[in-house]
Order: sequence, then C-alpha cells, then structure tokens
Amino acid sequence: MDRLALDVAHLFAGGLVLVSFMLLYQDRMFGLLNIFALHALVVSLSVAWQAHIQSAPHLYITAGIALVVKAIIIPVALRRIIVRLGIHRTIDTVGGIGQTMLAGIGLVALSIMVMLPITAEAGTLTREDLAFSLSVILLGLLMMISRRNAVSQIIGFMSIENGLILAATAAKGMPLVVEISVAFSIVIALIVIGIFLFRIRENFDTMDVHALERFRGGQP
Amino acid sequence: MALTIVLSCVAVLLGTSALAVAGARSSLTSFFVYGVALAAGACALGAAGAMLVIAPGSAQTAQLPIGLPWLGAHFRLDALAALFLVVINLGSFTSSLYGLGYGRHESSPGRVLPFFPAFLAGMNLVVLADDAFTFLLTWEFMSLTSWALVMAHHRERDNARAGYIYLIMASFGTLALLLTFGLLAGPNGGYAFDAIRATTPSAGLSAAVLTLALIGAGSKAGLVPLHVWLPLAHPAAPSHVSALMSGVMTKVAVYGFVRIVFDLLGPPQWWWGAVVLTLGGISAVLGVLYALMQHDLKRLLAYHTVENIGIIFIGLGLALAFRANDMRAAAALALTAALFHVFNHSVFKSLLFFGAGAVLGATGERDMEHLGGLIHRMPLTAIAFLAGSTAISALPPFNGFVSEWLTFQAILLSPQLPQWLLKFIVPAAGAMLALSAALAAGCFVKAFGATFLGRPRRSVAQNAQETDAWSLAAMFILVLLCLVAGILPGYFIDALAPVTQLLLDARLAPQAQLRWLTIVPIAASRSSYNGLLLFVLVAAAGWLGAYVIHRWASHALRRAAAWDCGFPDARPVTQYTAGSFAQPIRRVFGGFAFRAHEQVYIPPPGQIQPAQFHLSMRDLVWDVLYAPIEGVVNFAADRLNQVQSWTIRAYLTMVFGSVVLLLMVLAVWH
Repeated sequence: MDRLALDVAHLFAGGLVLVSFMLLYQDRMFGLLNIFALHALVVSLSVAWQAHIQSAPHLYITAGIALVVKAIIIPVALRRIIVRLGIHRTIDTVGGIGQTMLAGIGLVALSIMVMLPITAEAGTLTREDLAFSLSVILLGLLMMISRRNAVSQIIGFMSIENGLILAATAAKGMPLVVEISVAFSIVIALIVIGIFLFRIRENFDTMDVHALERFRGGQP
Repeated sequence: MALTIVLSCVAVLLGTSALAVAGARSSLTSFFVYGVALAAGACALGAAGAMLVIAPGSAQTAQLPIGLPWLGAHFRLDALAALFLVVINLGSFTSSLYGLGYGRHESSPGRVLPFFPAFLAGMNLVVLADDAFTFLLTWEFMSLTSWALVMAHHRERDNARAGYIYLIMASFGTLALLLTFGLLAGPNGGYAFDAIRATTPSAGLSAAVLTLALIGAGSKAGLVPLHVWLPLAHPAAPSHVSALMSGVMTKVAVYGFVRIVFDLLGPPQWWWGAVVLTLGGISAVLGVLYALMQHDLKRLLAYHTVENIGIIFIGLGLALAFRANDMRAAAALALTAALFHVFNHSVFKSLLFFGAGAVLGATGERDMEHLGGLIHRMPLTAIAFLAGSTAISALPPFNGFVSEWLTFQAILLSPQLPQWLLKFIVPAAGAMLALSAALAAGCFVKAFGATFLGRPRRSVAQNAQETDAWSLAAMFILVLLCLVAGILPGYFIDALAPVTQLLLDARLAPQAQLRWLTIVPIAASRSSYNGLLLFVLVAAAGWLGAYVIHRWASHALRRAAAWDCGFPDARPVTQYTAGSFAQPIRRVFGGFAFRAHEQVYIPPPGQIQPAQFHLSMRDLVWDVLYAPIEGVVNFAADRLNQVQSWTIRAYLTMVFGSVVLLLMVLAVWH
C-alpha cells in the first residue's frame, strides 16, 4: 500500500511539472486555457490522493475547491473575456520557445538540487513533493516573465498558486481555513485581473502589456 | 527615596511637555514651562546630591510596568547615576532659570516649549535606565527631542542641514549602541544590566563591544572623527538649549561610555586604554584648532566641547590603562580627574553658552567680527563670560585648572606602566593635553577680546543692552560654582570617591580634612595644590598692584596727546580682528589640518582697485571620511533611481533572477 501510495503521489506531482512545461510551450490562447484547466485538474487529483493517504477528509474540500474554481470557473471566465474582447489569439513571447524550455529544465534541476539535500530528515513523500512544487512555482514565474500577454501572465500566476497548494498538502496538517482563504484570494485576484483586462482593452486597444509600458514612459 | 523623587520629577516634566503642546499659543506658557522645569530640576538636583553625599554606597532600584510587555522598565540609582544626575539637573536648573528671561524673546515658542522639558526628562531617564531596552529607548528619546529643538528655527540658513546631519549621526550612534547591547546580552538575551554584569564576554567580543561603544557614545559626545554634527547642531538650537546640549547631553554620552566599559563589560585589556587615550588626545587638539578658526561665537564654543570631551576621554583612557595593570590608586586618580572634568565642563560650558546667548539676544549677532566693545554696554555679562573663559582655559583659581591638573598628575604616573606602547602614548597624550590647554587659552583671549573689548564694529554692538535679571542670575550662579569648585576642590573630589569605589574598587585619599584645604592626589612629596591659597595670592597681588598704581602712579601729572591705543585711524574696522588674532596659529597648523590656503592679490602700481586677501579652508575629516561615504550613497541612489521607471515585467524578472540566484547559492552551499 505505502509503496503504491507513494508512486501514485509522485505520478500526480510529476504530472503537474509536465503540465507546467506544456503551459510554457503553448502559444495559443485557447490552448493555454485548456492546459491550465488540465493543470488544475491534476492538482485537485493530487490533493484528493493526499486526502486519501493521509486520511485527512478536509483536504477533499481543498481538492473540490481547486477543481470547481480553477479547473472550471476560471478557464470559462477567461474564455468569455477573451471572446468578448476579441483578443488576438496568439501570444508574443520574449525569446524563443526552445530557449524557454531549456531554461525550464534548468530550473527543475535546480529545485531538485536545492530541495533534496535540505530536506534530508523529512519523509520521502514530502521531500520529492517539495522539489516538484518548487519546480512548478519557478516554471510559473518563468512563464510570467517570458510572455508579453496579460492573459498568459494571469495563467502563470495561477499555476504558481497550484504549486503552492501542492507543497502545502504534501506537508501534513495544513488547516482548512488557510486553504479556503487562499482559494478565496485567487477568486478575488481573478475579479481584479478581469477588470484590469477590460481597462487595458478599453484604453489601449490591445492586450499586449508592452503598450502599458510605453504609456508609463519606461524604456521601450 | 531619591529615585522616587527623580522619577516623579521626570513624570512632572513629561506632563509639562504635554501641557505645553496644548498651551503653546499662550504667553504665560513660557513662564509656566520654565518655572516647572526649574522646580523639577532643583528637586532632582537636591535628591541626587543628597544621595551622593549621605548614602553613596547604596543603590536603589525600581520597576515600572511601562515599555515592553512582561519586561517593564527597570531603573536604578547608584553613585555613578547620582553623579550624572547632579550634572544633568544642575544644567537643567540653570538653563531653566536662564530660559525664564531668554525664552520671552523666543520667536516660535511652540517649537521650543513642548520639547524642552521632554529633553530634560529624557536625559534623566537615560542615566537611570537599568536595562538595555530602557536605555536605548530613552537615549533615542533624548536624541529626538534635542533634534526637534535644533530644528526650532528651521527656516534659518544651514539649520535644516544641521538637523539632517544630526539626525543621521544620532541614528548611526544609536545603531552602534544597539549592537553593543546585543553583543553584551549574548545569545541568552539577558538585557537587564544585572544579567549583563554577571557574564564576562570573551576577549574578541569585548574588543567589538569597546569599538561599538566608542562609536555609539563617541558620536553623541563628539569624539573626533564623529564630531561633525556637533558644531553644526549645537549652535543652531536656542542658546539655553545649546548650553544643555553642549554642557549636559555630551556628558550623558560620557555616562553611556563609562557605564558600558567600566561597569558592564568586565575587566579591561591594557590596549583599550591606548585606543581611548589616542582618540581623546586627537579630539582635544583638533577640537581646539577648529575652535581657533571659528569666528562664530556659538560654534567656537561647540568646538571647545569637542576639545573638552577629548580631555575627559584622556582621563578615561588612563583609568582603563591603569585598571588593566591593576594599579587601582592611579586608576582612581585618572577616573576622578575625568569625572571632575565632566562636572566642571558642564558648569563653565553652560555659563559660556549663556553668555553667548545674552550677546546674541542683545545684538542679534553671533559673528565676533561684527561685535566688539560690549564690556561697556553689558558689563555683567562680560564679567561672567570672562570668568567662564578663565575656567575653560584651565587658569587657576577656577575649576578647569583643577581637573586638568589632576589629569596631568595621572599622566605623570605613566612611567610605572609596564607596556612600552603605553609608555609612549601617554606622554604624547600629555603633550596634546598641554597644547590644547594653551591653545584654548589663546582661543578665549580671541573670543573675549573680539567680542567684549575694543570698539563696536557694527551699530548693533554699539546699541546693545544688558541682558535680563533671570539670565544674569543663572550666569552668576555658575560663576560662583566655577570659583567654589576651583577654590575648594577637596570637597568635590571626596564626593566623587563613591563613584570610583563603585567602578574601580578604589578611591583617592580623603581630601577635605587636609589642612588649609590643600589637595594631595598621590603623596605630599610629589605634588599638591591649594586653590584657596592661590586665590588669596591672586586677589592680594591684584589688589596690591592696583593699590600701588593708584597710590603713586596716577598722581604724577603729565600733559600729552591722548594715547591712540595703537590705531591712529579712528574707524573701528582698523582694529585687530579675531581673524588676525588666529592667523599665526593658522599658519602653523592650518596647512595640514585645514588645507588652509591664503592668496594675496596686490594690484600693480598705478591701478586703483583694492588689494585682496582670499582664504580657503577645507575640513580634513570631512574630506577624508565623510565625503567618500556621501559620494557612494549618492551614486547608489542615482543608480537605484533608474529602477523606479522599470516595467512590471522587468520587476518580475528581477524577483525571479534573485530567487534563482539565492537558490543556486543554497544548492552550492550544501
């Protein structure tokens, strides 16, 4: 049982890293939303599995929140925004996709190198989950800085949050209230960012954050 | 009992400060605030003085439930604290008395009155504090209230810059003290002074503590090279506050140093004495050299504070050196000299600042080159200022002489020290002390001569009026104290004995019972000094001289043209000026210390434009130490300024880059 439980947990966590790479690779808007939904699905599966093996029923609620809010509501809402605003459906990147992927591989290697020696005393499950979740967080950050488009920056931000949930559930005993408040803050962030998107669109006729930078008078 | 009285006085002062905020617009507030401060100062002075005389060996403690929760604020009154309470409250008593008169002319009382009692309360509390937290909090409170007083006339030129530099230096000093106490408390975090006393830090740690204490207390006291704020900030405040800052607050800094190094830190190493001595000697000489170059009366006095702090630190350094070699009697002598000079300097420096304030109030001028001849218009102020000048120049029979003489007696014991380095340094410090005493006398000949003698150089000096009775009373109380402490030093030295007993476990032999009020610090065969005899001698010689001249000389009648005092051209600008008085000294020392550069332009024959004389001086310490720091800070600020206009993505990239970098460091580290 233990061996199997561990393997399945690793499968989900490793799958999440893989889906993060898919996010990084994707350069079409709707494709990006679909893969983000998949990202959230994998997280909720992972959390549900943790709930099962840790016998912590409140984690099922976490998994449910992740599934409903992030896998369904947010992608659907973003898709509607994109349709309503008629946003250009391809995404400008900074640097080539290939270089970004290589950098992402380097980040995963870095997070494994950092995490495994540090957490030598912790249980196997926690150790490798922490390494995976750090990879997911760094990949999300990489995505935020390597995309010029506001929507993909939002997706990057939310994938960072998924990585945090992965890390938090791997460590036993996170209170439910923390999880609920995090989920709530994500919803708030969605609302704020949605309004923000409308405002950008109204004022600049584009979704490219580059326009904002020009307006602010920063370096072109 | 004494502690309760002093703490009640502090509470009254803080309450007065709050009331003064409310009543700042009323004209009675000034009278009320200074009156209360006067009474509180007198009460605290009486309590602390009685404690020092009647029950010197005892210590009183109190704990108040204020400050950090569950810790409270600890207060303790021992002999050392009592001595400095006497200094502080003597200063606050006289400056409040002075303020009763001087404060009526204050242009913006709302900026002075609320902070004045709070400043007094802060200084009292620093001396009473018995745990590191209370000490630091009250220290910073004292700094901030004095800063507010410096900024009272913030619209005047240069005052804002003075306040800015003072704020930076005060924060820097407090930071150093914070680290000092952090090291002293150790990993267990025992911040009560009792707990710190009980532990003995390792040699390296105590060296670090000494360095930090020198920086922290030295920057407040005005030790070179941390003195730069002092001659800017002290003159900027109203004169009675200048007197408090220069005469008293620097002594609170000395208290901080003595408390940390002599009381809390444990047994000293011999080289500590060498470090403190060297810094003291440099401060003494540079302070007086700076003062000689100044023509601003209050700034001149502020630079003399640097000099006198140097003299005090010479005494403290000697005490450390003797104590490290277990020469307890010699250490007691050096510490007595330093502490006596603390008292003396607070008395005559307050007196001199009061005099400068009276001149400023009467003429509106601080520049001596615009004054002159004030002895005719303000005779009483002139007498008081002359007495203060004599005292600070270390001339008998005034008090400055006694403490500097005691310091020299301690210096003359230095051949008994075993370390060769000390054998070299101590006589060098003695030479510096002698040089600074002589230069100080020259400097006050200049200050008194240019301000009070000669003929008025401007109409403001010609139309000056004698200052008010309150101010005169404050000044003459201090003149009397200067004289009494100079004539009867034995009683004062005996009053200091419990402090040296507390810190060094040794004391000077009792002096007051000796015949004819002589003081004998070491042995009668070595040296002795009798202030009373000298006073009688000076008075008799003066009287006799005057009598002889009047009896025989003035009756001989001679008809001649009136002597023109050496300047036949009657215009006041042809008088000998302060600048011309200082020129020889500037020629000797100025080339190195000030990079003084004189340029004379004499027009060729036939041209009618005037000859010109240009003098440029640079502050060496500022150029070497502070200008580079300023440059680096400005450079970094300019670079960082560009960050402000970065894009959001650039910010994110920076965050991402630093996270990855730190993770890499972490990965390599393990």
